[in-house]
Amino acid sequence: MSQSNESDNEDSSAQKAQDKKSTPRRKTPARRQSEPATPKTKQSAAGIGSNARGKVLVTGAAGALAQHVIALLKENYDVVGVEFRGLQADYPDTVDYVVDFNQWPFEDVFREHGFMGIIHLGRIRFTQSTRNRRYSANVVGTARLLRLALKYGVEKVVALSTFHVYGADARNPSLIDEEYPMRAANLMPEVVDAVELENLFNIHLYKNPELNITILRPCNIAGPGINNEISRMLAQPVAPCLLGFSPLMQFLHVEDMAEAVMRSFERNHPGVYNVAPDDYVAYQDALQLAGCRRLFLPSIPPALARRSVRALGRYAPPDYLIDFFKYAVIIDGGLFARTFDFTPQHSLANLLGHYRAQK
Amino acid sequence: MRTRQFLKPRTVGRDVDQLVDALPKHNIGSQGYDPWGLNPDTAKITFTAVRWLYQNYFRVQAQGLEHIPGQGRLLIVGNHSGQLPLDGVMVSFAVANKSENARLPRSMIERWFPSVPFLGNWMNSVGGVIGDPKNCGKMLERDEAIVVFPEGIRGSGKPYRLRYQLQRFGHGFMHLAMEHNTPIVPVGVVGCEETMPSLVNIKPLARMLGMPYFPFAPLVPLPARVFLNFGKPMHFANDARNERDVEWRVEEVKDAIRDLIDTGIAQRKSIF
Repeated sequence: MSQSNESDNEDSSAQKAQDKKSTPRRKTPARRQSEPATPKTKQSAAGIGSNARGKVLVTGAAGALAQHVIALLKENYDVVGVEFRGLQADYPDTVDYVVDFNQWPFEDVFREHGFMGIIHLGRIRFTQSTRNRRYSANVVGTARLLRLALKYGVEKVVALSTFHVYGADARNPSLIDEEYPMRAANLMPEVVDAVELENLFNIHLYKNPELNITILRPCNIAGPGINNEISRMLAQPVAPCLLGFSPLMQFLHVEDMAEAVMRSFERNHPGVYNVAPDDYVAYQDALQLAGCRRLFLPSIPPALARRSVRALGRYAPPDYLIDFFKYAVIIDGGLFARTFDFTPQHSLANLLGHYRAQK
Repeated sequence: MRTRQFLKPRTVGRDVDQLVDALPKHNIGSQGYDPWGLNPDTAKITFTAVRWLYQNYFRVQAQGLEHIPGQGRLLIVGNHSGQLPLDGVMVSFAVANKSENARLPRSMIERWFPSVPFLGNWMNSVGGVIGDPKNCGKMLERDEAIVVFPEGIRGSGKPYRLRYQLQRFGHGFMHLAMEHNTPIVPVGVVGCEETMPSLVNIKPLARMLGMPYFPFAPLVPLPARVFLNFGKPMHFANDARNERDVEWRVEEVKDAIRDLIDTGIAQRKSIF
């Protein structure tokens, strides 16, 4: 993404595009000549909103959701995209910096830009790395991000969490609300980083109210470009499912989620919110609507189910997430819908039809 | 989905189709599910079988159905028996099948059912919901009618020698009724004890299979006649000072159910 400084003109954009082709693909924090931003000591009285145009840091900028969010943000804000999830051959234009949050150069990004807000979408997913690496990047890295946000006077933070923090269990009630315990830490230790990440934000939510932290716990996000576990299943011609289990699920289109992130950023109501539509579909029905053929795996005994899931490798979800494909985890998105006047625009048929059309 | 599409036209008659279509169903989404997994098409297929069991196998006689209002939040509280949750199925079908003000009540099921392949999904899709106070509270907020058996597995899993003896009632239903200003309709179920009389609970086998109990009982439910007697609605204000007060109110409901059980036993001329 070309950084939209107000002094930029078309020539400089063209020059930057030319530079992009000639420079190495890895992007590191730039040492530009601009005056470093001094840490703010007092919160801006202007408040947050479209009238207070400012710079926004978006983490996980290479992701599909971030690209939608950035497209919406650019209408009213200057956006700086940061990615820390490993090195890849090329990054989309939404990525300005590739930097590890735990490395010293990350602070340079804050020094260089006076961010008024942060949208933290960057999280290493369960399948993307080892447990230790995830913990280091997701929890320790985010702790540093929040320290820097405090130091440099950021006024608004929106963080993306996940409904996985509730854990999947046969005893889960339906329409889980935000007060329900985050049982994933107990039920599936592999996802403990997601719970710790939330705990970290919750501590700052109450300890540093000036950060105006909003935590979003969305249901399954799917749609074009999304590459999470459930999207991979829907995109495959043959998808595994456990014999005798077809849990109820909720899906949110990536564009609807981007809109939810925008609303939570622009309307300042700090807190924790589930984000989910008031519409439901059973997993096996979803697979059929997405044009997948079902591959039935044994579901009992549980050890055999895990072994068969492991045998399928990347064609199946990781074995520690198997219970999410066994038991329903239905969350109540009512509080978010009421607070932010949010209604998803994409229907389930539309969303699953996208995957069917690809086959 | 494909199984439903295959079975529905082959099994569901027009009368059952109309019966389920006429029932008020809250919160059904675009794909035919509500948040607790109820699916009207699966309910129709199931009701076809349940209606035959209700009318021809168990020859159920239900009285006092006029006490069930057609709308508004409601708790239907009864005695649990018979190893399998047939009593819940019969009570639910009686309410759904009544001539006026019919509605589809949701049954609270044991927490281990969702972990059983096929059974858990099927029970959810015909209206079963795990017995969790949060679930119950959310459903009452949405003005659902809920069938509750406060004895839980203490009632359903008890041996035949304890038939028609009410076991300890949990207090959760009373707290919910008071907090959500919900009337309680007591129901006495007679006959289900005889559908599957258990001589003993084989505990080691139950432990091995992860089940709450494993009865030494007939493999198939016996065709005992079933009598359902619904009592008048009971109202409890949310002014209990302590748990002792709640206990007294629970005892009031138990007394009402005992009377209704006695009525059913008096109505019964023969077990089968």
